[in-house]
Amino acid sequence: MIADGVEDEEKWLSAGIAGLQQNAFYMHRALDSNNLKDALKYSAQMLSELRTSRLSPHKYYELYMRAFDELRKLELFFKEETSRGCSIVELYELVQHAGNILPRLYLLCTVGSVYIKSKEAPAKDVLKDLVEMCRGIQHPLRGLFLRSYLSQVSRDKLPDIGSEYEGDADTVMDAVEFVLQNFTEMNKLWVRMQHQGPTREKEKREKERSELRDLVGKNLHVLSQIEGVDLEMYKEIVLPRVLEQVVNCKDELAQYYLMDCIIQVFPDEYHLQTLETLLNACPQLQPSVDVKTVLARLMERLSNYAASGAEVLPEFFQVEAFAKLNNAIGKVIEAQENMPIAGVVTLYASLLTFTLQVHPDRLDYIDQILGACVKKLSGKEKLDDRQATKQIVALLSAPLEKYKDIDTALKLLNYPRVMEYLNARTNKEMANVIIQNIMKNKTCISTAEKVDALFELIKGLIRDLDEDLHDELDEEDFKEEQNSVARLIQMLHSDDPEEMSKIIHTVRKHILTGGRKRLPFTVPPLIFSSLKLVRRLEGQDESVSGNEASTTPKKIFQIVTQIIESLSSIPVPELALGLYLQCAEAANDCDLEPVAYEFFTQAYILYEEEITDSKAQVICIHLIIGTLQRMHVFGVENRDALTHKATGYSAKLLKKPDQCRAVYACSHLFWLDEHDRIRDGERVLLCLKRALRIANAVQQMATATRGSGGSVVLFIEILNKYLYFYEKGVSQITVESIQDLIELIRSEMNGDNASSDPAADAFLASTLRYIQFQKDKGGAVGERYELIKV
Amino acid sequence: MNYIIGAFKPACNISVTFSDGKSRKQVALKKENGQTVMVPLFQSQETISGKISVEPVSGKKVEHNGIKVELLGQIEMYFDRGNFYDFTSLVRELDVPGEIYERKTFPFEFSTVEMPYETYNGVNVRLRYVLKVTISRGYAGSIVQYQDFVVRNYSPPPSINNSIKMEVGIEDCLHIEFEYNKSKYHLKDVIIGKIYFLLVRIKIKNMDLEIRRRESTGSGSNTHVETETLAKFELMDGAPVRGESIPIRLFLSPYELTPTYRNINNKFSVKYYLNLVLVDEEDRRYFKQQEITMYRLGETSEATL
Repeated sequence: MIADGVEDEEKWLSAGIAGLQQNAFYMHRALDSNNLKDALKYSAQMLSELRTSRLSPHKYYELYMRAFDELRKLELFFKEETSRGCSIVELYELVQHAGNILPRLYLLCTVGSVYIKSKEAPAKDVLKDLVEMCRGIQHPLRGLFLRSYLSQVSRDKLPDIGSEYEGDADTVMDAVEFVLQNFTEMNKLWVRMQHQGPTREKEKREKERSELRDLVGKNLHVLSQIEGVDLEMYKEIVLPRVLEQVVNCKDELAQYYLMDCIIQVFPDEYHLQTLETLLNACPQLQPSVDVKTVLARLMERLSNYAASGAEVLPEFFQVEAFAKLNNAIGKVIEAQENMPIAGVVTLYASLLTFTLQVHPDRLDYIDQILGACVKKLSGKEKLDDRQATKQIVALLSAPLEKYKDIDTALKLLNYPRVMEYLNARTNKEMANVIIQNIMKNKTCISTAEKVDALFELIKGLIRDLDEDLHDELDEEDFKEEQNSVARLIQMLHSDDPEEMSKIIHTVRKHILTGGRKRLPFTVPPLIFSSLKLVRRLEGQDESVSGNEASTTPKKIFQIVTQIIESLSSIPVPELALGLYLQCAEAANDCDLEPVAYEFFTQAYILYEEEITDSKAQVICIHLIIGTLQRMHVFGVENRDALTHKATGYSAKLLKKPDQCRAVYACSHLFWLDEHDRIRDGERVLLCLKRALRIANAVQQMATATRGSGGSVVLFIEILNKYLYFYEKGVSQITVESIQDLIELIRSEMNGDNASSDPAADAFLASTLRYIQFQKDKGGAVGERYELIKV
Repeated sequence: MNYIIGAFKPACNISVTFSDGKSRKQVALKKENGQTVMVPLFQSQETISGKISVEPVSGKKVEHNGIKVELLGQIEMYFDRGNFYDFTSLVRELDVPGEIYERKTFPFEFSTVEMPYETYNGVNVRLRYVLKVTISRGYAGSIVQYQDFVVRNYSPPPSINNSIKMEVGIEDCLHIEFEYNKSKYHLKDVIIGKIYFLLVRIKIKNMDLEIRRRESTGSGSNTHVETETLAKFELMDGAPVRGESIPIRLFLSPYELTPTYRNINNKFSVKYYLNLVLVDEEDRRYFKQQEITMYRLGETSEATL
């Protein structure tokens, strides 16, 4: 049935076009032979095709455009006719003899255009007559198109300032009056369209109406183009009249479109100066009108205007733009009770953008906006509306982007209160935005107070807000988030150690709430941050200790200990162990032997009690050895205890090669170049020999289990250790022992059941090359190498 | 000049010429046979003078019992065809009985003739003015020649000319107020006015203004009334809403109107009405008819109809 309707419409349209063309043909013939009477007759017949009620606006437009083209020719003819001596006044009367009103009025407008051009009568009088006469068409569609035609033919003939049609004083007023009247009438027709026809086609009609809106809006555009419409006139006449029409038409579609039109076509400074009038209209619109978008557009325009240059800002202050907008938004929200929360937030977000642009220095304004937002949100559940949430994120992000400084946001008391209303996911998202912002702008947060506020803001990341949520959380995302937090912790810094210590306390307080999943991410940066402080204090330790400073390395180590202990519940022993070792090293640098010893003890306990995985053990033992090797704070006794333990652990590793490697690594614990106290050649040799024994055992085991000799890599590694210590001048490492070892390696490699291992070959070759290199280099070391015969 | 052969046997040609025939205005007049001829135009109180020439057909003589010219004002009712009521009848004797051998010209004059009524060609009635030349002959029958002329009388603009203003309606359905700027219009006048919609509960499709002519002939039980719609002028297209006002501007010049004639010689009247018609979507018509008085404004440059 609908398809039929469309088909029928096509048919009617083509019939209309055919009729139009036929009459246009006769009209042309009459024009060519200068036959005015026939020209009028056929043009009227041609225009009669526009009397149809059967076409949709779209199709009607097509017909109209064809008629329009023909009317241009007719207008030209009328012009020639008057230059041939035909009185334009008579012509103006003559066309009014047509019996049908629609053709009559089209012809009248066409002649009217020539009439104005002839200047035989003031433009204003002709225009006034035309716009009055057009009242005869009350059919919305036909009326709209007729008046649109009138607007089209008259727009270059308005008695505007500077126009050739400008008459005596005040003719701009006439031009404005004319356009306003045409606008008003068109809008009335347009609004009325919705009541035409059956109710069930309302939706379709509204769509068609929407297609016609530009016909109405064009009038506003024409108004904005009139030179003579200055601010004064806009304020006193144009805007009040347009708004009156907009408000009175009580139509949702029209009100929304026209408000938007007003905002878009008139200059920014006009809006600014008439802000009150414009805003006062908003609460008067129909409740269903999307006022928030209208206001948002307005504020967007004004924001852009404000951004166009600092010189326009005084205008904004002068008219108290903020107060007015804020007030208006309040009223609109109050008036439209059913406005979805998303709308409310959108409005506030726009206002915020505006304020940031115009009053970047007025934090109180911004806080006020956020406060209003909180007020509106209060008493509601957490937001789950996607749209609203998105808008809140925009709202909260705006100040960050503007100030590029979280400091400012932290000063806004209502900022965290707005965040309260976000659901956990969004809260997190927002927290991420905040962190990203800090990272991007490299903002340094330097007081404990701010840190506290900041962590309060991003608590979505710091702890679980919603118990049910973390299950569905993507592991990757979680890591990403927590890494962000970790990076953030690194950004917290104060040059004042006291403050820094407070910051650390604060952060600790917050991250400890994070639970087992987060701590592994958040603890390390805090520890390192603390250790950084320790190292800073190290230099000034002496001077500060005098005046009862609360911040001493010792105290910090106490906190640090506690923090690391918090990891024990998770458990992540490897991490904790690493951190203890880091701390120990820092304590070493501060010459705090007991502290350092304590840390090592903790690390050892972890190793013994928690770390059971053999791989982890290998890694940890190497860490321990490495750290311990660098420690110089320990007295002999302590050191012995620790090294003894370390070598003990090494020898107890599960896999022989691991044992071997750990043991030879332990050799370094007994020989430190930079420390005279730690030079125990005996024990170095002991370690290496023990390593050799283990390597031997590995070899035998390989032969026993697989029938072929294992890799000789371990031997070569041990050889390298021999060479190292030999080079350092450890007397217990003899030339013979090195030569024996090389011999051993060679025989193993060439033995019956040796398996070829290119890596081992290369390793040995390069080791031998090193020996040769050192020989060639000469000097004291070279001389020692000279003794090794390969 | 028109030479109209009216005689049964053209024994001679009779022609009538008016003394100011060259300068006098000519207007078209529709004859009974449908032909349109141009005839001179007079008004009341004018002197009608001229010459009548009688020219026998070559070589023949015309014997007669006298020649006269009559000026007749006649009303002819079509339902009573053939009966003329002469409301004006003036006679001038042109020649005593005798014979005419060659072309002979007789001057005539009717001075300041009272011609109160205008020439009118209606549906059922005709009012004509004619010069009738009669050459009386005994046995062969008289030779008669007619010369029509048209009379139009001009009125000054009326001293009182009120507008027509009226509120009409159907209860709870349609209330309108209309206004025509005058109640008396001259023939080339423009009707200006407006229709104001006070209440609209019906779906109006369009609105027309009609000019209707009501011609009534006869009297008493013999009265015939004939109404013609001379103009149908669309005023509005589409359905107005309450508070809408629609302008009227109707130029009367394109229509063939006459002044209003009231009780002409007790024989007939011609009256004009403005009929405002509203048509709704179901093609029901709502109308209100108002009489207007038409008059002929004295104007030297009046165009020919």
